[in-house]
Amino acid sequence: MSKITYREALNQAMCQEMERDDRVFLMGEEVAEYNGAYKVSQGMLDKFGPRRVIDTPITELGFAGLGVGAAMAGLRPVIEFMTWNFAILAADQIVNAAAKMKYMTGGQYDCPMVFRGAGGAAARVSSQHSQAFENWYANIPGLKVVMPSNPADAKGLLAASIRDNDTVIFIENEINYGDIGEVPEGEYIIPLGKADIKRVGKDITLIAHSRMTGYALLAAEELAKQGIDAEVVDPRTIRPLDEATILASVAKTNRAVVIEEGWRFAGIGAEISARIMEKAFDDLDAPVARVTGKDVPMPYAANLENYALPSVAEIVEAARVVCNRA
Amino acid sequence: MTTKKQDDNQAGITQEGRFYSAERLHAMHDMMLYIRRFEEKAGQMYGLKKIGGFCHLCNGQEAVCVGMEEATEPTDYMMTSYRDHGHILARGTDGVAVMAELLGREGGVVGGKGGSMHMFDKSKNFAGGNGIVGEQVPIGTGFAFASKYRDDKRVSITIMGDGGVNQGAVYESFNMAALWKLPVVFVIENNQYAMGTSLSRASAETHLYKRGISFKVPGIQVDGMDVLEVERKMTEALEHARSGQGPIIVEMMTYRYRGHSMSDPATYRTRDEVDEWRSGRDPIVRLQKQMVEAGLATESEFKQKDKDIKKEIVAVAKAAEAQPEPELSKLWDDILTDEIPNAYPYPRQVG
Repeated sequence: MSKITYREALNQAMCQEMERDDRVFLMGEEVAEYNGAYKVSQGMLDKFGPRRVIDTPITELGFAGLGVGAAMAGLRPVIEFMTWNFAILAADQIVNAAAKMKYMTGGQYDCPMVFRGAGGAAARVSSQHSQAFENWYANIPGLKVVMPSNPADAKGLLAASIRDNDTVIFIENEINYGDIGEVPEGEYIIPLGKADIKRVGKDITLIAHSRMTGYALLAAEELAKQGIDAEVVDPRTIRPLDEATILASVAKTNRAVVIEEGWRFAGIGAEISARIMEKAFDDLDAPVARVTGKDVPMPYAANLENYALPSVAEIVEAARVVCNRA
Repeated sequence: MTTKKQDDNQAGITQEGRFYSAERLHAMHDMMLYIRRFEEKAGQMYGLKKIGGFCHLCNGQEAVCVGMEEATEPTDYMMTSYRDHGHILARGTDGVAVMAELLGREGGVVGGKGGSMHMFDKSKNFAGGNGIVGEQVPIGTGFAFASKYRDDKRVSITIMGDGGVNQGAVYESFNMAALWKLPVVFVIENNQYAMGTSLSRASAETHLYKRGISFKVPGIQVDGMDVLEVERKMTEALEHARSGQGPIIVEMMTYRYRGHSMSDPATYRTRDEVDEWRSGRDPIVRLQKQMVEAGLATESEFKQKDKDIKKEIVAVAKAAEAQPEPELSKLWDDILTDEIPNAYPYPRQVG
């Protein structure tokens, strides 16, 4: 184990996979000479050269599609979007091409590739640069959606995503890039489709992914002070979802709050709470609550931005309501 | 153009200094005629409601399909839009499999998952069959990227129409391909109409071979109704791309006799215009004439050939129709390669 940042963990995963498989390459805006807009690819150009670490023009649709073609031709592209906001320009290639290529070709062509980059809100960058889109991609058959919440998961999940033979939407979080945590050295793989219990508790289940996992853990500490012992489950893979871990936790605690940074309507929380209702109705002692981003475009002013995002206080409050302690 | 019979032991035609043997000319002719009759049959089957959805025929554009294929190596990649029947047939895919796909049958090229717009045959390096206009252009550029990455000298023949050429993705691709000198030939099948919109109503620059100028991508214009010119110019373009000089644009001037799709009566153009192309410039008639003049075939031979091919197409349709529809369980196949059995949505399950 060594203590490294979330961005270094992602870098280690990419380097590890590029060392073992020549078909893997990294392509995106500013990934090479600039060492990454968020320095995730720091040093990779020096290590692997311009054949495998490739700066692109600002041309998201173009290089996403180039990645799809390269994957169909047998390479294993890692396509970096500086942020997922810009990936909307590339949605045709992700949704119409990558996600359904295997199906549409009767299994002849695969698209083993990773689209990765920062998702969610950064800080003070307003409406067009602060959005959570995991629910868009999670809706689509043919895609897997992976979101790490800490450095160790970042390494293990990215390595697994690169080795995976399907198209993986890998959504990082800009605010988490500098987070430091214990990360296993050497080759490290976390299988996709496996949730992780980040805190064991018995009174209520808090289900949260990406940056919100950290918020849920802080909320759990606060709840502990108030005599509520919360369990925190991080799905890690959004699609397909390890619902067994979530349902087992709810069977134990009988109460649940789902937390997400994105908008409430048709969000990840809507799906997870629907699954709990369908599969664990009799386990529930209270309706499942959701804490989500407010249903507004992200504003710039610091106080408005804070208000738009879920907060630890809101999670605590929601948990108290669900536990009849409000 | 000079047309003459070779005096030496091999009969054929020499055009612009390039010799085409009688055997090769017959093969090109037969394939063009096969595509023509295949498309006519497809149109008929559509009329009988045996083919559903969208169906885009390429009658009139056969010289582009066949001339290009003649110039191409089997290992080269090729992909196009949804007007794809002619190209996949020219690549050598079995007509029964193509017809079965049109009919939504088990033995279709993609098992009945794609239909008319999504013909793929990996064994022939034919990568679609892409339904979103212009979508195949970055993808084709990606195949070329892979060729360069592996240094395997394969060229990506990336085909679009005069409609597709106005998509932004095309220019993003021109730029990357030129920047990185990728081995790709961008073929623009200019059949004059993007669905119902004529070229002059959609394009500020109607000379589409010039569309690469600001990316330093050279372009050439080709008579797409002359299979020999298509073969010759395509050979030059492929050499350009294969030798590491980067991408090149080939604008094929052609014409589709039918509407954009089966639901299009094509009222946006005159009967005279269609007739002018059909009777004056038809690629099959043109090659037949050249071959008769060169003493390589007779008109009655061509008539017999046409009968034979029509018969063959009837048999193709019959064989395809005899196939069962895909099994219902196939609905769930080929979504993921690495299925994760214990996670939701569960593979092969509702809910």
